[in-house]
Amino acid sequence: MRDPLSKVIKTIEPSGIRKFFDIVSEMEDAISLGVGEPDFDTPWHIRDEGIYSLEKGKTFYTSNAGLKDLKIEIAKFLKRRYDLQYDYNKELFVTVGGSEAIDVAMRAMLDPGDEVLIPQPSYVSYLPCCVLANGTPVIIELKAENEFRLTAEELEAAITPKTKLLVLPFPNNPTGAVMEKKDLEAIAEIIIKHDIFVLSDEIYSELTYLDNHVSIASLPGMKERTIVINGFSKSHAMTGWRLGYACGPEVVIKQMLKIHQFAIMCAPTTSQYAAVEALKNGDADVTMMREEYDGRRRYVLKRFREMGLSCFEPFGAFYAFPSISEFGMTSEEFANELLKKQKVAVVPGTAFGASGEGFIRISYAYSLEDLREALGRVEAFVTELREKRAGN
Amino acid sequence: MREKILTFIEKNSRIDIKELSVVLGVDEATVMNELESMEQEGIICGYHTLINWDKAGVEKVTALIEVRVTPQRGMGFDKVAERIYNYPEVNSVYLISGGFDLMVTLEGKTLREISQFVSDKLSALDQVLSTKTNFILKKYKDHGTVMAPKAKDERIMMA
Repeated sequence: MRDPLSKVIKTIEPSGIRKFFDIVSEMEDAISLGVGEPDFDTPWHIRDEGIYSLEKGKTFYTSNAGLKDLKIEIAKFLKRRYDLQYDYNKELFVTVGGSEAIDVAMRAMLDPGDEVLIPQPSYVSYLPCCVLANGTPVIIELKAENEFRLTAEELEAAITPKTKLLVLPFPNNPTGAVMEKKDLEAIAEIIIKHDIFVLSDEIYSELTYLDNHVSIASLPGMKERTIVINGFSKSHAMTGWRLGYACGPEVVIKQMLKIHQFAIMCAPTTSQYAAVEALKNGDADVTMMREEYDGRRRYVLKRFREMGLSCFEPFGAFYAFPSISEFGMTSEEFANELLKKQKVAVVPGTAFGASGEGFIRISYAYSLEDLREALGRVEAFVTELREKRAGN
Repeated sequence: MREKILTFIEKNSRIDIKELSVVLGVDEATVMNELESMEQEGIICGYHTLINWDKAGVEKVTALIEVRVTPQRGMGFDKVAERIYNYPEVNSVYLISGGFDLMVTLEGKTLREISQFVSDKLSALDQVLSTKTNFILKKYKDHGTVMAPKAKDERIMMA
């Protein structure tokens, strides 16, 4: 029989986290600090609106780009929160989560040979989406000493005449790093100089703890070369609803919408109705969750300090990215041992790229009680490791 | 700061002060002082425990009693409310707008105990015009806490 598979798909590795999770789920009393989604339920008024839409029989496709009311609310939200101005009719559309927007943007923008700059550590899907869109991924290894921010020097060093697109994943999963306005201004200059485009994945934009999030698209000269991706998963605890959106210059959005139209039709109708409610009456929920995460963030950092794990202060998302390099183990070894000895699941930094080596990702999308218990076990683990090393 | 402390401990009064100060991002002494002064000022009125008595296997009956009363000259409802809330078996007394005046919640061991209180003590008060006793059959949610067991964390590790 002939090989049923494409050559491209066989070059892509499956996400490393899943096999780890399978071990965790087999284990009886394991506790996880591994998940990448909020622990909050979607606020009830939002769920209720989804249910109400079903009761009213809103069970048909919406237009390809999404419900008009939702698009209007998204445009209003982007204006009031990040001072971004998009024409709801031409410059944005609703997607099946931020993930679809990433995929569709790459497919709409890349030709074979085009290079895509992907800063790592970062979310696992940029690279495969780039490869599947015939692009050539070029990794920029972010550094702990820069708090995992992308510097103008790092960016410029990676640019070649073939560079088409920069993926900008901030606030960052897994490091929790943010790019402040001054950081963005520094790279914007390089981006404009070399005439490249930006895919700005801002899915964690509502979860920043230093200052309000700044979108690179709000800087002068950047809106016309930036696709902003955002959604409801992290801000409104709506991961399972699969709802996001993309905004950008009309020329790009128009073509992205074409792919979306043929591949997806439209984002889930129930989710869209719920999301209208989320944007109209959900700001207080977002504030409440942000404050809750912020308290846990302080707690987690304090505990790391107490156990002597070095960790830069993350100002976004709900992750901390402590260094474990002192133990002379790889991230994966550390995570495996921690799971075996203390039954705590964390994600090895290398799941997010080679530059994550020496780090682990700890999610604080857990209750304070869970964090207390899990971090107590982490402390016992590192204490034992140190004693062992001192003994040798 | 006070509001932040109160909002937090309203849901979890047992958190240790050190942890609370870390979560709120202030030093321990500040939290301690604020708690102390709020206790003295009567802002914090107690640290009670929310108990699901059903699960504990202890029989308890709770009733919400709607009471219509005649207010007293110069004292309004306060005097009669005081006469009612001084009974230790009375859990709470609220002055209510609408079709009746006072909402009294009462906890007893048996229906009989409660009906006895209503007929012998409450209705016997001169100012009480009428009472309507509603027994609680099931508590779904109390003090912002859902009584049903918590759902298991079903989130999976993706990325």
